[in-house]
Amino acid sequence: MTSPAEQSSGSAVLHPEMVAAEDTHAIYRDGHRLDHAEGASKPFRSQPEPQPRGAKVHGNRPINQAEAAARFIAAPEHEKMHDERLWDLRQKRDREMHHIPEWEQLRSLASAIKEHTLTHLDEYLDQFEANARANGIHVHWARDAAEHNRIVHGILSDHGAKSLIKSKSMLTEECGFRHYMASVGIEVTETDLGERIQQLDKEDPSHIVVPAVHKLRTDVAKVFADTIGTDPDNNDVHYLAEAQREATRPLILAADAGMTGGNFVVAETGTFVVCTNEGNADLSANVPKLHIASIGIEKIIPRLEHLAVFVRLLSRSALGSPMTQYTSHFRGPRAGGEMHVVLVDNGRSERLGLEEFWTSLKCIRCGACMNTCPAYRRSGGLSYGATYSGPIGLIIDPTFNARKYSNLPFASSLNGSCSNVCPVRINIHEQIYAWRRELVKRHDVPLVKKAAMKAAGELLSRPVAYRAAIAAADVALAHLPRFVIYNGLNAWGKHREVPHPPKHTFHSWYQANRGGKQ
Amino acid sequence: MTSRDDILASIRANLPRVDRPLPHVPLFDESPPPSLLSAFKKSLERMGGIFLDPPDTGDVLAPVRAKIASAKVVCSTVPEIAGNRDIARVDATQDLADVDFAIVRATFAVAETGSVLLSDTDLHVNAVAYLAQHLIVLLDPADIVVNLHHAYRRPEFRDRHYASFHTGPSATADIEGVLIHGAQGVRSLSVLPSPRTL
Amino acid sequence: MRIGLFVPCYIDAFFPQVGIATLELLERFGHEVVYPRDQTCCGQPMANSGFNAECAATEALFVRNFSGFDYVVGPSGSCVHHVRDNFDAIEQSDEVKQVRARTYELVEFLHDILKVDAFPWARFPHRVGLHNSCGTLRRLKHAKPSELNEPFFSKPMDLLSKVDGIEFVMPARPDECCGFGGTFSVFEEVVSTKMGYDKVSDHARAGAEYIVSADSSCLMHQQGCAERIGVPLKFIHIAEILNGASA
Ligand code: SF4
Repeated sequence: MTSPAEQSSGSAVLHPEMVAAEDTHAIYRDGHRLDHAEGASKPFRSQPEPQPRGAKVHGNRPINQAEAAARFIAAPEHEKMHDERLWDLRQKRDREMHHIPEWEQLRSLASAIKEHTLTHLDEYLDQFEANARANGIHVHWARDAAEHNRIVHGILSDHGAKSLIKSKSMLTEECGFRHYMASVGIEVTETDLGERIQQLDKEDPSHIVVPAVHKLRTDVAKVFADTIGTDPDNNDVHYLAEAQREATRPLILAADAGMTGGNFVVAETGTFVVCTNEGNADLSANVPKLHIASIGIEKIIPRLEHLAVFVRLLSRSALGSPMTQYTSHFRGPRAGGEMHVVLVDNGRSERLGLEEFWTSLKCIRCGACMNTCPAYRRSGGLSYGATYSGPIGLIIDPTFNARKYSNLPFASSLNGSCSNVCPVRINIHEQIYAWRRELVKRHDVPLVKKAAMKAAGELLSRPVAYRAAIAAADVALAHLPRFVIYNGLNAWGKHREVPHPPKHTFHSWYQANRGGKQ
Repeated sequence: MTSRDDILASIRANLPRVDRPLPHVPLFDESPPPSLLSAFKKSLERMGGIFLDPPDTGDVLAPVRAKIASAKVVCSTVPEIAGNRDIARVDATQDLADVDFAIVRATFAVAETGSVLLSDTDLHVNAVAYLAQHLIVLLDPADIVVNLHHAYRRPEFRDRHYASFHTGPSATADIEGVLIHGAQGVRSLSVLPSPRTL
Repeated sequence: MRIGLFVPCYIDAFFPQVGIATLELLERFGHEVVYPRDQTCCGQPMANSGFNAECAATEALFVRNFSGFDYVVGPSGSCVHHVRDNFDAIEQSDEVKQVRARTYELVEFLHDILKVDAFPWARFPHRVGLHNSCGTLRRLKHAKPSELNEPFFSKPMDLLSKVDGIEFVMPARPDECCGFGGTFSVFEEVVSTKMGYDKVSDHARAGAEYIVSADSSCLMHQQGCAERIGVPLKFIHIAEILNGASA
């Protein structure tokens, strides 16, 4: 039964002006408007507007996420579309969740299976390797990004391969794979539509599941007009998607090798599993003779029966669709083909040793935490200036570079919605909080902030001095926010009014009215 | 030391010293739907698939014949329907680039999600299920399992090199959330209930 | 029972009426309510920024002030959450543990401990939007958050439903964060205020006259946002309504 508090929104949206009047292209089955697959949402309509770009990266200097987020918010069409689309995904996720009575149990199972596997990671990797080899898969191990790139390049060279089609993989983003391949003269084509848009625009993916979710149709039209020769004045989504299909198909047919990631790896059978909606991973894997899969070592699970738990959770959490359109299980090369798996560490084994943060390795990269995150939805994923954005990014980016990503754990209101949607029950918001402590311990926060906090701590522990400092409420107004919220009225009052000072503090009221009591 | 040894050593040095037993996974099948076939149909349609209801005439293959009537290239791997592209004689996957319709039989299906499992044994050449413009799948209604927990008990995951759940056609909504069928792979997926002829 | 009244620093300074309402409300149920005058803060502002060591002296002072009460009650979810769940800059002696375990936020104290079933003095004939702060919703578990597939409950709504004349409105995103978030409100002030604008606009569109919450910090932020963009909403703490405030 839903109570009044739950029959909230229905069709209500935050930005009614974005709702498209008619949805001429909607697809219906049996009278129902379909909204499955990668990020399908309610019909929204945007007005053209220049696309805000992501965070400015200056080498190792701390990324200023707030600055980039402010620019995203200053582009209202982008911000509203982004916010509404991702919120719509979150609502579809809720809808799917309510169809599954055992939902919370599945989350607990998923968490327990992952924690078990991670605490026996060496054994399961060993088991996977033996089984995969027995099935005819070549298994490689890469300590870091550079080694991964070298290994893949080596395999391609051995086959004289010059062109590679690939499906979306956050791991290859982590490895700077496309840049590397460009430097050694191998032509890489992304086959996921969103990732292809980003590749053509020379921009990183802004979201781990829907990489171009920050772009409007007009942005895509411009990118395609500049790169694959579409009509710059035509921003019909069906036209754009079809043009991309037509442009990519010959590249797929001609490619020398195909590459995929892997969502799950099953130790007992030596299988890896790839989940996509477009069928592009299956084209990449099955059209060329050579298939290379790059997979993080944390993707492993013990047995097939465990896979059911994760497959049931993944797409429902990610997209609010019961299943990805394609869930493909690779257990060995096809006749006449060759299959390679590159198992990549790149910091994962070290992360395993971080007492407060090792459970971040449970992540199945569903993106649900990003979709629900109110700060992410308003900032855009590129504002984080890192491979991983949103809540999961806040807790794993600092493991790659604590200084560069030292601001990210502060880019959260600690509201905790992320932890509640996480299908593997990562305590994301608690880890964000723990990272703040950790960064302070490692001195990766500004000194001025430290001085302010020290002064606040001293004043707040001395009642007499404290009372003197805020003797009257209007004095408090001048002083208090400085330690309540660290930075004072400048940042507070720029976009919102300061509180109205009352006639007296509670303390002085109590003295005056209840003075005799204590 | 090889990278493999390095990585495993680093894992061993960093393993969290906590006890995390492997949980038992139930089958979650206490309240199955009254009809697996209708449940499957409903799930399939939600995912953009087309369910070909057998006509009253009793000619179960009629809807398939109607679909492929005007197609130039039909590649069938099932004995029930003849195509004009023989998959046994395809030696490069690229030879399948012009296929309009591929017709295959599913190993089994899942009522919960509307998925059909297509394996290398069913497809002969895996790429046919992705390069074709449209895919038609024959499914024996006796081959439907209730949910994914049951599905992963099936032997195909242990003996086939390739097995893929297709749940509707290729789809995307990467641009402004607008649903598109046929992003890269097939533009439509139709399922025809049809018992296996042994 | 003897209750220690915990009035967080910003309530003391900016929202004394919330402290007064809390005091009077608890007294209405016949309990002895004591306000320890040496109290300042719980340490949350520093801890929230990652400066845990800097909280130690403040936490020690908190324990000195509130040791020995049957319960410590404060009208602020985020402060109570800090005391109960994160207050670990000082050594966890039995005394510290006891104070932490006995510290309650007002709504849960009324609902779970006092089990109040009527507020006969309270009447509030207005349309209100309930704002559950994230601290009360997801940490103190005042209500079922929308993300979970669990049976619905809402302690603040239970209490408010006992107030004569009150009417609830339902925004599009009932439990979305309003963007306050402590240091977040200044560290990410543009994102924070955008979230605030969206929150107050959502409530206004749903027809609210008032936003009511168990957290004055969220209200302070939302009020600041509403005034800046000219959304004509009023803001009130749940203690004031339950204590019989008329408007
Ligand atoms: S942290 Fe959890 S919610 Fe976020 S992407 Fe990973 S699995 Fe999904």
